[in-house]
Amino acid sequence: MARIGVLIEAKGGEVKKTTLGALAAARRDPGEVYALLPEPNAEACHGVLRQYGADRIVTIRTPEADISPFPDVQAAALAAAIDRFQLDALLGVSGQAGRDLLARIASIAGAPLVLDCLDIDFPSGTVRKSHFSGKTTATLRLNGRPWILGIRPNIFPEKIDPRHGDIVLYEAPVPTSKRLVIREVKQGSSGGPDVSEAEIIISGGRAVGSAENFRILKECASVLGAAVGASRAAVDAGFASHALQVGQTGKTVSPRLYIACGISGSVQHFAGMKTAKVIVAVNNDLDAPIFQKCDYGLLGDLFEVVPALTRALAPAQAK
Amino acid sequence: MKIYVCVKHVPDTAANIRPLGGTAFDETVKFIMNPYDEYALEQALRIRESGSGAEVIAVTVGKEVATSTLRTALAMGADRSILVKTDAYFTDSVETGRLLYRAISLDGFPDLILTGRQSVDTEGMQIPYRLGVLFDMPVAVNVVTFSMVEGRVTVEREIEADVREVIEMTTPCVVGAAKGLNQPRCPTLPDMMKAKKKEIRVIPQADLGFPPPIPTVELLGLQAAPDRGRGTILEGDPEKMVRELLRLLREEAGVL
Ligand SMILES: Cc1cc2nc3c(=O)[nH]c(=O)nc-3n(C[C@H](O)[C@H](O)[C@H](O)COP(=O)(O)OP(=O)(O)OC[C@H]3O[C@@H](n4cnc5c(N)ncnc54)[C@H](O)[C@@H]3O)c2cc1C
Ligand SMILES: Nc1ncnc2c1ncn2[C@@H]1O[C@H](COP(=O)(O)O)[C@@H](O)[C@H]1O
Repeated sequence: MARIGVLIEAKGGEVKKTTLGALAAARRDPGEVYALLPEPNAEACHGVLRQYGADRIVTIRTPEADISPFPDVQAAALAAAIDRFQLDALLGVSGQAGRDLLARIASIAGAPLVLDCLDIDFPSGTVRKSHFSGKTTATLRLNGRPWILGIRPNIFPEKIDPRHGDIVLYEAPVPTSKRLVIREVKQGSSGGPDVSEAEIIISGGRAVGSAENFRILKECASVLGAAVGASRAAVDAGFASHALQVGQTGKTVSPRLYIACGISGSVQHFAGMKTAKVIVAVNNDLDAPIFQKCDYGLLGDLFEVVPALTRALAPAQAK
Repeated sequence: MKIYVCVKHVPDTAANIRPLGGTAFDETVKFIMNPYDEYALEQALRIRESGSGAEVIAVTVGKEVATSTLRTALAMGADRSILVKTDAYFTDSVETGRLLYRAISLDGFPDLILTGRQSVDTEGMQIPYRLGVLFDMPVAVNVVTFSMVEGRVTVEREIEADVREVIEMTTPCVVGAAKGLNQPRCPTLPDMMKAKKKEIRVIPQADLGFPPPIPTVELLGLQAAPDRGRGTILEGDPEKMVRELLRLLREEAGVL
């Protein structure tokens, strides 16, 4: 390859950690790495991008100054940047936001797109991703350029690799289009970290029994720095918001540590979390299927084990 | 008003998928309508029933056996359906998008196109966007609420746990449904009987023009994903188990 773009996602002026993983993935190719960054957050991010491997930092400016409510315009600007800098590939993070933008860009460019990649091999032009909800892994070859790739969050660890990071300003000649407008972003009540990009997740299943009981998971999550997840049974019973659901019809997650509490381990649940680095199961039934496919199993009552874990992690708060 | 709903015929999510070498897998498992597409179809039916009098047309790209998913769509209430018949199980997303576009364009002018947010077999997560560009329509995916008033569609789309974007679009547009949008209906036996009389128009893939010789994204092979096997099981006193777990997570697994 020669030139690889990385779609930078920032939040509150800071580059998202998962995005640094995308930079590390791009750096596996000997070519030049271009960090592409929509303007508003630009300056504050330069230092970090240089440190994590950006050869060039492309700040994108559009005729309409604030394009955050217009995903079509953002995508058009990025597609134009791919053309302008003759990028061979664009990498991003396959979270909810990155996925949407990458798919828009690929569609505009008529380019091959693979989202949720688990591995990328630049020399052979192949990638690996899940098919059939994690039951199989597919090897796919991309034909034609540019390749648009979204990587599963947390699959590639970030890596310090200082580069020049020359700043380039690119004025994208894109017309404004207002047929699709984001009117508002509604913040929910949970407030905790987002389950789809979290590095540690503690999830509750049907056995948690009520929305009120989810409190014990939230307490544990806050001392662990974890996000709270839930099984579909817990969501359908109204114990947890559907946004927290992990699995086939919920979020696909790939944390460093996944702790499943009172979850039996259905294939549909595994579809969403089987690429977690380490899986811990807390269950009071030795025959629960989840014990057959986890790293550590704790045989016991979640109502005793989870508070004990919270106490062990926060000894000062125990009294 | 015409509403096209793209539905895909996929293996049941509980089915065991057995790769048979190359890109083949044991296709004798139970197949169903892609779960997200049920939300898309239900939404279309609700729009029709709310007095708009829309015609609801289910469209699929797949092998002959995919007619069974179209039958399900007709039993749920679609007015008629179209099968773009392929020989192979896997068709790459660029080509699937092109085929859906051609088949729908030949049939009529869509006022709305509904899809699922992703297919559970190939997990491509892109057909609605491809259709958006081909039809030159705005697109919103991962939609959990929907309303349409005087040619404007307002949806909420989930972007993070508990964070939603409220999006307004002009019609015609493409909407990719997610779980939570509605509760799809289950067809009754009489519904299924009635569905037998409804139309399934079959269009061979070749009638819609030839695909490029090499697919844009080419499936080379399928492998069974490794399972991690039975874990180390701890039991006994909760406090002791937890202490041992933390030691293992720190020293053995190195994740804390
Ligand atoms: C199309 C489709 C899509 C689906 N998508 C999803 C999805 O996205 N995500 C998902 O999770 N599921 C999904 N499912 C549902 C899935 O099949 C299971 O029904 C569901 O995952 C079960 O949830 P659970 O493990 O919480 O409940 P259960 O299977 O009821 O398991 C509860 C577990 O808790 C244990 N337990 C009970 N009491 C205690 C206690 N006091 N302490 C410790 N352990 C206890 C029990 O031994 C049991 O193992 C889907 C199903 C279908 C058909
Ligand atoms: N072969 C197909 N036939 C009909 N609709 C499809 C097909 N493939 C994908 N779709 C639609 O596009 C949505 C997203 O699919 P995908 O991009 O494959 O994840 C699905 O939920 C379907 O609504």
